[in-house]
Amino acid sequence: MSPAFAYYPGCSLEGTAVEYDRSGRACCAVLGIELTEIPDWSCCGSSPAHAVDTVLSGALAARNLGLARQGGFGGVVTPCPNCLVNLRTASRDLDDPDRRARINALLSTPCEGGLPAVSLLQALHEQAGPAALAAAVVRPLAGLKVAPYYGCILHRPPGLMAFDDPENPVAMDQLLEAAGAEVVAFPFKTECCGASYGVPRKDLVMELSGRLLEAAADLGADALAVACPLCQMNLDLRQDQIAASRRRAFGIPVFYFTQLLGLALGLGRADLGLDRLVVDPGPALRKLGTGG
Amino acid sequence: MTVLDLTHSCDMQFVAEVARESGQNLTLCYQCGNCTAGCPFTFAYDLPASSVMRALQWGQRETVLACSSIWICATCKTCTTRCPNNIDVARIMEVLRHISRREGYAPEKQIKQFQDSFLQSVMRHGRVFELGTMMSFIARSRRLADMDLGPKALTRGKLALRARDIHGRDEVEKIFRRYREGLEK
Ligand code: SF4
Ligand code: SF4
Repeated sequence: MSPAFAYYPGCSLEGTAVEYDRSGRACCAVLGIELTEIPDWSCCGSSPAHAVDTVLSGALAARNLGLARQGGFGGVVTPCPNCLVNLRTASRDLDDPDRRARINALLSTPCEGGLPAVSLLQALHEQAGPAALAAAVVRPLAGLKVAPYYGCILHRPPGLMAFDDPENPVAMDQLLEAAGAEVVAFPFKTECCGASYGVPRKDLVMELSGRLLEAAADLGADALAVACPLCQMNLDLRQDQIAASRRRAFGIPVFYFTQLLGLALGLGRADLGLDRLVVDPGPALRKLGTGG
Repeated sequence: MTVLDLTHSCDMQFVAEVARESGQNLTLCYQCGNCTAGCPFTFAYDLPASSVMRALQWGQRETVLACSSIWICATCKTCTTRCPNNIDVARIMEVLRHISRREGYAPEKQIKQFQDSFLQSVMRHGRVFELGTMMSFIARSRRLADMDLGPKALTRGKLALRARDIHGRDEVEKIFRRYREGLEK
């Protein structure tokens, strides 16, 4: 039996990425990973907070680490790479007396130290793993060619994240393969999608996410698998804008990797929030013979 | 390409400040260019990452704090991952961004406006409210963006129409208040 984790969804997971939250929880439930949502968690400040000041972002993340510690949990799981970076950075800073004092000066309830935080991908890979997943598969993703896209910060910097390979990560590849998918060698696995600049500097996202979609299309991928709400939004919600700016049609559905694993585990379309994807996943799913 | 004129006054106090705040040894950079080669935003930078490092070593305070690059940097950490001398370049870019902001530079106005709108939403509600963030950004920047995305996001239930205020809203607001008071001291 795996340990119970405190679960930190992060704001996107109850907004633009509800389907990531649902499918992630559902996969964990099937695979025996116990998640307990941190009560009354607050926003970690995402990237704007650490762009302004690391003590500010440290305090915003530490409020949640403090709540998890009060709940007696030994670790936190979060699906969002941006939240993960903030939780990990805050955790490291809380273990340094000087930085802890600066962070605690901003908090109403001081936080006495850090707490290990892992991504949902890491939890699924380490607590369940490819073998256990393969054993639980009831509907293999046979015939589906998937490009695994990890995003830039899920494994970086290696000193802080300490999981998988920072240049050529394989955890998601292995899980998708265990689910029966054909995983393509995607050279842009860890390239940046343009991050949160969609609103203030759209041109940057058009260029960087455009490169990713072109590479996936050139490799003949039926779908992209992602692990980050921001990557998903840039590649899916903005795919029409990108297509227009690059004068090239794509039609590549962008799944959360947990949605694909969930399909293989036999979970239903509605449980996985497949209807929330902007680019129609129907044609890709029909390749599986599971209906679109 | 920006040509750096290193004969300008060299501000060594500034160099020491960045080194202290970032915890990095700036003298280790030998200009191999790996950070620039790997940085996904080099195409949009006015000063590539390795040039920021060079200008910094030479105490070119104004050049470094006023450049767009440090505002565009998305903290993707490719530079940090690939620097052969283990310099946390992303951390340095971040510290420069902090100082640049504190001292009132904002060459990328909309990026700053977006960050401010986002944080204001966190301060008010405890969790970010996307629609509120967008409205506030539109008000600040006087610019309508992404009107084509609204219907797509709405029909898929991706856009909450109301904020989700949490119980600990006051605590979060106090984090921001204490932070601001600290800056004023
Ligand atoms: S962290 Fe910033 S400077 Fe470094 S590679 Fe990424 S975007 Fe470029
Ligand atoms: S990779 Fe490191 S040593 Fe090379 S130019 Fe960049 S900061 Fe300097």
